[in-house]
Amino acid sequence: MDFNFTEEQDMVRDGLSRLVREQYDWETRRKAIASTEGWRPEVWAQLAELGILGMPFSEADGGFGGGAVDAMVIMEEFGKGLVVEPFIPTVVCAGGFLKHGGTAAQKEEHIGAIVSGSAVFAFAYAEPRGRYDYADLETTAKKDGAGYVLNGHKAVVIGAPWASHLVVTARTGGERRDRSGVSVFVLAKDTPGVTTRDYVTVDGRRASEVYFENVAVGVDSLIGVEGEGLALIELVTDDAIAALCAEACGAMKVAHAMTVEYSRQRKQFGVPIGKFQVLQHRMVDMYTAYEQAVSLTYLATLRLGSDEVERKKAVSAAKVGVGQAARLIGQEAVQIHGGNGVTDEYAIGHYFKRLTIFDSEFGNVDHHLKRHVALS
Amino acid sequence: MNLEFTPEEQAFRDEVRAFIAENYPKHLADFGMREDMAREDFLAWHKILGKKGWSVPAWPVEYGGTGWTPTQRYIWSEENARASTVMPLPFGVSMVGPVIYTFGSEEQKSRHLPGIVSGDVWWCQGYSEPGAGSDLASLKTTAVRDGDHYIINGQKTWTTLAQHADWGFFLCRTDPTAKQQEGISFILVDMKTPGVEVKPIKLLDGGYEVNETWLTDVRVPVENLVGQENKGWTYAKFLLAHERSGIAGVARSKRGVEKLREIATHETLDGAPLIKDFDFAKKVSQLEIDLAALEITELRTLAGEQAGKGPGPESSILKIKGTEIQQRLTELTLEAVGTYSAPYMGGVSNDNSNEHPVGPDYATHAAATYFNMRKTSIYGGSNEIQRNIITKMILGL
Repeated sequence: MDFNFTEEQDMVRDGLSRLVREQYDWETRRKAIASTEGWRPEVWAQLAELGILGMPFSEADGGFGGGAVDAMVIMEEFGKGLVVEPFIPTVVCAGGFLKHGGTAAQKEEHIGAIVSGSAVFAFAYAEPRGRYDYADLETTAKKDGAGYVLNGHKAVVIGAPWASHLVVTARTGGERRDRSGVSVFVLAKDTPGVTTRDYVTVDGRRASEVYFENVAVGVDSLIGVEGEGLALIELVTDDAIAALCAEACGAMKVAHAMTVEYSRQRKQFGVPIGKFQVLQHRMVDMYTAYEQAVSLTYLATLRLGSDEVERKKAVSAAKVGVGQAARLIGQEAVQIHGGNGVTDEYAIGHYFKRLTIFDSEFGNVDHHLKRHVALS
Repeated sequence: MNLEFTPEEQAFRDEVRAFIAENYPKHLADFGMREDMAREDFLAWHKILGKKGWSVPAWPVEYGGTGWTPTQRYIWSEENARASTVMPLPFGVSMVGPVIYTFGSEEQKSRHLPGIVSGDVWWCQGYSEPGAGSDLASLKTTAVRDGDHYIINGQKTWTTLAQHADWGFFLCRTDPTAKQQEGISFILVDMKTPGVEVKPIKLLDGGYEVNETWLTDVRVPVENLVGQENKGWTYAKFLLAHERSGIAGVARSKRGVEKLREIATHETLDGAPLIKDFDFAKKVSQLEIDLAALEITELRTLAGEQAGKGPGPESSILKIKGTEIQQRLTELTLEAVGTYSAPYMGGVSNDNSNEHPVGPDYATHAAATYFNMRKTSIYGGSNEIQRNIITKMILGL
């Protein structure tokens, strides 16, 4: 049992922390998310240069041989700065599908492009009526000669406006919510028949509704075995949830620190409000919730390679516990900031917004509590 | 980073498990701790461990510690929880022992530590007073120097299991003119000294776990002063931090959740096992999730200790969350047994009834345990005091 980070992991953290501090300051971020592009490709290029985008891939696949703990370290730093660049969709999700289910040719084609920063991916799994069930799919992929034809509508595809490629889930057989009959495809976003409606999300990122109308892809577009994609999706999204929890931990850490600092500065009744025990104890409860969330994130991250039940239970435990902590810390941080907490000007509100949307990604607290019960 | 045991740690776990299976007293098997046990039952496992050299694992090796790593200590407490053993009481092992070997004289070490290691000497804690609870430093019990003795006068309360105690460690005011925290001394008292009187307090569960301890002109030799006169508050705080680090009770709570699931498998709702009811199962899962978080938080703290950091203010988190979880567990257990939570079986200390309890065996103590465990968020520095500690030491407010 070991809770230490390696020297390399400490270096990654220090490097990223510097990058976020020096190039992702609040004003720069504010301008970038309000710009037409909504992100900064030059930051993405820097992440590639620093080796961040290649971290979780094996050396044989062209990466740097890191793993889930590295992704955790990276996402925690991103969370601290509310970095919007799509590491999870590209590296953890698309990268994960390629690693766990990709053919040699698919890895060859895509992993190098991810590592170098030239390909950006979005993961189109959610649907307007599917909620958090990866198998509740209305999007279809019908076998057609040498390939498949995709039809359907994918909802809130994070990072899709920036993406060059998509990973898409679709039903190749079975009934709407069957566990079998689910397949995963990778394709270029400019494949004919793919259209998007792009928009801004409340937490400062970009997303799209993605429509597929008779989109023809080759068999080489299929990742894994036709109709047996659900287990692969669960495996990859569990990786994504662990990384997402790490991001939330980073954001909670900063939100808590900002709140404590604010309570030191802000005076009412002639004293800093941080002198009031009623607020002190609330900030302690935020701190305790944060520490427990970090622990659950470690647990989930370290169980990603365990057997299926153990892995899913640990990941669901983390999504529940981190989700609850995120809500508590976000709401309390705003409350203790008083009126300033509900302004657009103060950073704290933006942390609150990111921590709010976190809950709805890859299943919320209720969804994962249900999954935990089902596995117990 | 990883959560796996090394082959050596797995071998250690097997060794410990086998030792418990072979040596733990059969009549106390799967019993847990009960306040109404006889003195010899409380001490039985302690004495066996004393002979084996395993009674004070966390102590320095020179005083009887095992030199185990934090992971080994974690395995040790897991295995004991698994077997629901009656563990050595904390008053000697985790409280006064570390104070004596850290601050005590050589004479005190050689006189008192062996009895704690062997389990022959029972210690109790004289901290709280009727007027000094959370505000412990306002304590009024005095120790006045008279030649080679201190004369102690005052009243202590909540003295846990003092009815069995041979010795007690007491916080006494030795300088009434100094600022509150600066006039307190840490003094060891032989409980057989004339003037020491222990009176039981009946608690909500019907049992007698704590006492009032009256001290009237109790003459104690000055060599029973630990460390320096008027520095007792420093030792008291040191002790409280040590007390808190074991207070999380993670392994025991894990066993408790297993038992809760067993109960909820026997109990029925709408003709199906209670555990199949989603509303109930959800509460159990939430408890397990909180407990999983606490387990990793404790392991992180232990890893910090291994890296040379003593138990710091982080241990306040363990105290708060650990006791919240213990209480939630007893609350859900009470809920699970349903209507049979109500019959009063004469209190856990009352054995004058030979009648078999009504209802299932697992229901008998559910309410008493629930009532009893309300103490956990109050003792050891109430959870509100723990929040004050975190405010000051971690948030810096």
